[in-house]
Amino acid sequence: MTGVVAAGAHQTGESAIFWVLAVISVAAALGMILTRKAVHSALMLATVMFSFAVLYAVNEAPFLAFVQVIVYTGAVLMLFLFVVMIIGVSSTDSLVETIKGQRVAAALVGIGFVVLLLVGFGHATLPKTTGLKDANANGGNVMGLARLIFTKYVFAFEVTSALLITAALGAMVLTHRERLRPKPTQKQLSKERIKSDRVAPLPPPGTYARHNAVDMPALLPDGTISELSVSPVISRRRTGEHEDLHGASPEVVARQDTKTVKAVIDKPVEVEEEEQ
Amino acid sequence: MTDHYLVLSAILFTIGAVGVLIRRNAIVVFMCVELMLNATNLAFVSFARMHGSLDGQIIAFFVMVVAAAEVVVGLAIIMTIFRSRKSSSVDDANLLKY
Repeated sequence: MTGVVAAGAHQTGESAIFWVLAVISVAAALGMILTRKAVHSALMLATVMFSFAVLYAVNEAPFLAFVQVIVYTGAVLMLFLFVVMIIGVSSTDSLVETIKGQRVAAALVGIGFVVLLLVGFGHATLPKTTGLKDANANGGNVMGLARLIFTKYVFAFEVTSALLITAALGAMVLTHRERLRPKPTQKQLSKERIKSDRVAPLPPPGTYARHNAVDMPALLPDGTISELSVSPVISRRRTGEHEDLHGASPEVVARQDTKTVKAVIDKPVEVEEEEQ
Repeated sequence: MTDHYLVLSAILFTIGAVGVLIRRNAIVVFMCVELMLNATNLAFVSFARMHGSLDGQIIAFFVMVVAAAEVVVGLAIIMTIFRSRKSSSVDDANLLKY
């Protein structure tokens, strides 16, 4: 590759910035396609986007650099992270290949493609870099872009607005869900509650107990455990022994807790006297 | 310096393409498509500087707009598929397969 650089267009320290960012962005891109978790991929993509923004700034495109940070790292990647969060962070790729040898073939195709492109670039004779000094002279980069968008590319710009509105509407239509049954009213909810066994609210976890973890059932006044106090979702997720039990069975711990609480309740006067 | 940018852009585009081929999580495939679009943007921006005109930057700007719209619709489609099939793997959506 023969570097053809005009004397005036080269910014000082550009090649240093380029090499640092090139290494970072290629490493992050490789990490993006190689890590198994989608969240890690998204963070790697954010790294690539940031280094691209700096490269745009170096390439005399300050407006695009800011748009890159705001639109890509700000909006698009946040959208990605939201969807990853909704679909499930733990949804990792399965490593079983459905088509045999697909990965090796894909890697070979990639190597072949990049060699093809690089050979093409090596044979091309690029003209001298003119630089954007003249184009950015009259009012700066943003003014120059605006002048082009609202004159030469005004039709494309208008079509873009139609595209954005269509995309927003499409997203709303796609994610909209029809209710199968009518929404229950307050009246219906209260009637159902009266019909059910329990009218009062469920006991919260930690009532009459010395543990404040939400997955520890509450103790009732008679010292028994109330499984109703733990949310069914949490109790389904609870597996094995809880750390707060210190290896004992829940009943034993409940008995100890009751004893301790009773001991405190039985002599409140003495405590007060000591304090005085 | 332009050829350096072109080489970087080509490498990142290829990484994105390989990612589309090997990954099966639909979200990650989407991220790889974004990487490919960004790589072409870098080529456009460096060409704009080489030719000394802002048209390349305008094209990169439009690519960004279209990419944003594409992400919105694509992620909505992924969400809809996930709701009905409880999976975000591109292998599971195969009803159109003959």
